[in-house]
Amino acid sequence: MFTRIMTPVDLAHRDQLERALQCSADLASHYDVPVVYVGVTTEQPSPVAHTPKEYAAKLDKFVAEQTEKHGIKGEAHAMAAHDPTTDLDDALLKAVDEVGADLVVMASHIPNVFDYIWPSNGGKIAEHAKASVFVVRG
Amino acid sequence: MTDENNDTGVPAPEGAADIIDTDYQIGQDNIQTRLGPFGFDIHNPVFMISGLVVIAFVAYALIAPTHASDFFGWLRPALTSTFDWFFLWAANIFVIFCLLLIVSPWGSVRLGGTDATPDYGYAGWFAMLFAAGMGIGLMFFGVLEPAYYFGTPWGDEPLGVVRPFTEDGTLIEGNIEEARRMALAATSYHWALHPWAIYAVVALSLALFSYNKGLPLSIRSAFYPILGDRVWGWTGHIIDTLAVFATLFGLATSLGLGAQQANAGLEYVYGIPNSVTVQVILIIGITAIALVSVLRGLDGGVKVLSEINMVIALALLLFVLFAAGAVGIVSGFFSTLVAYVQEVIPLSNPHGREDTGYMQGWTAFYWAWWISWSPFVGMFIARVSRGRTVREFITCVLIIPSVVCIFWMAVFGGAAIEDLITDPQGSAVKAQVIDAYNPPLSLFAMLESLPLAAITSTIGIVLVIVFFVTSSDSGSLVIDTITAGGKVDAPVTQRIFWCTFEGLVAIALLIGGGLTSLQAMVISTGLPFTLILLVLCVGIVMGLMSEKRNT
Repeated sequence: MFTRIMTPVDLAHRDQLERALQCSADLASHYDVPVVYVGVTTEQPSPVAHTPKEYAAKLDKFVAEQTEKHGIKGEAHAMAAHDPTTDLDDALLKAVDEVGADLVVMASHIPNVFDYIWPSNGGKIAEHAKASVFVVRG
Repeated sequence: MTDENNDTGVPAPEGAADIIDTDYQIGQDNIQTRLGPFGFDIHNPVFMISGLVVIAFVAYALIAPTHASDFFGWLRPALTSTFDWFFLWAANIFVIFCLLLIVSPWGSVRLGGTDATPDYGYAGWFAMLFAAGMGIGLMFFGVLEPAYYFGTPWGDEPLGVVRPFTEDGTLIEGNIEEARRMALAATSYHWALHPWAIYAVVALSLALFSYNKGLPLSIRSAFYPILGDRVWGWTGHIIDTLAVFATLFGLATSLGLGAQQANAGLEYVYGIPNSVTVQVILIIGITAIALVSVLRGLDGGVKVLSEINMVIALALLLFVLFAAGAVGIVSGFFSTLVAYVQEVIPLSNPHGREDTGYMQGWTAFYWAWWISWSPFVGMFIARVSRGRTVREFITCVLIIPSVVCIFWMAVFGGAAIEDLITDPQGSAVKAQVIDAYNPPLSLFAMLESLPLAAITSTIGIVLVIVFFVTSSDSGSLVIDTITAGGKVDAPVTQRIFWCTFEGLVAIALLIGGGLTSLQAMVISTGLPFTLILLVLCVGIVMGLMSEKRNT
């Protein structure tokens, strides 16, 4: 059914991702396919990491934890964006192609009125990605 | 707040950069909250104090307009006349400092670590440097300043150069060459190495401490080598608040005054009435475009607009160049370069000068002005300069823009002076700059003497407006980052807030009066910032030394 699952993660809000992570892990074991965890960071120092390099290291560690916890195969894919406030969606859409995923499992935020003006990340990915997209409410 | 950074301070440098070991965690003092549908992630002391102080000063200017304009109208010239030597020497030090960095071994340090690659190609990078740093000034002063120095009857000729006009306005043929040469050299002096060195110092220190040392992208980080962990406390709050304050008022007053200028241009060219209503509409329009730009982000908004602007500006430059006689102007450019090299030392020496009208009224004023803008422009340059080596960075922020600015001045100033001497009686430039000192119209007066004036004047107005947009959007990004404790990925609502706030301040001051007095106040902040910048130079050297030693 699927060959590769992509799950975007925000290391700064790890606690809000639990349901999405569980879901992608369950699907991965069901179809016996790997999960690619994609993290987008700023080039400027952020609360998560001082440099993109440090960020990549943290993402690797995160992936190692996930694969061990759920007993699945996983990879890390770190990306840097100039202005993540607005470029996040584009970076993620690019990542879908780069990692060759055919299913995206991602967490959503709680919908609010501003989603009518700026589409949510999940909404935009679902609208534009060629892969199937599973948006999991947090 | 989720904190993933418990092992901060000891991230593996991997031989790439010499990260500073501090217990401070970026965003640790931030509050993240939700107000109705709006999400916030703000550094509360800096955000609140900046916001409240701005409102307080606007209130002061509106409630006691006479007092405010008397006070700041006195303060600004008092500072630039009393401390003229200080401003001139500080700017000289910045130039020498930057030039030394190019040839020093520290020049090979790469911003962002040894393996970093540049975020932006040269075209986009230059476009953003110019649009944030000077754009609007080139439009405003490109004609005004050379024409003014050439023909000034007010006794503020640079270095007391000869006047080309007699009292009754007839040309003195023998003096033209010397007056032209000095007018272009003295203008270039204000737009070449010195201002860009000021920007380069601020930008380099921010880029170094952010990309190589892992500190948040905020003005306070540059003080880390000197103040240590105190920069995360109130000392740092005050530094950041001052930067936000100068940036916001600098932008808002320029926006208000710029709307008046654009309106003057519209009246001159199209006969659109010069009224507060039109100006408020202009501010709303500019702010609206800037809003779209910040919402589209750095790559999709600011960069795209900057590039569009560069193309239009280049087209206008080439048009003026060819319409006003390319051969004469290009040779004028080379003689301006030579004159600049010859005169830059006498012009930048503050001692034993008799031309105080020029030195205090123009040079010291400019230096204070560039310096008060430097936190904003410097931070923006830092944001887009990751991956360059120090040598490449200084060369590209100092030398290349200087040459471009001198060329711009040679073209626009050269064309204006040509217009002045061809027909002194009928010259529109002379009428607007010398006879009736009317700065906003100087550019349009010069374009009038060239063919296709209706089209080029329209392009001129469009350029002025778009340059305001590019200042406004990059400024909003900078203020947002500082008030979010150095986070560049704060919620989009905050950008909207600052961009709108800036427009509202401009409108309030435009309707209530007080633009000029508050702009004088902003320029007055140039004095404390000059001290700060001198300290930054020391910090840069300390940072580069440790970088060189440990990587």
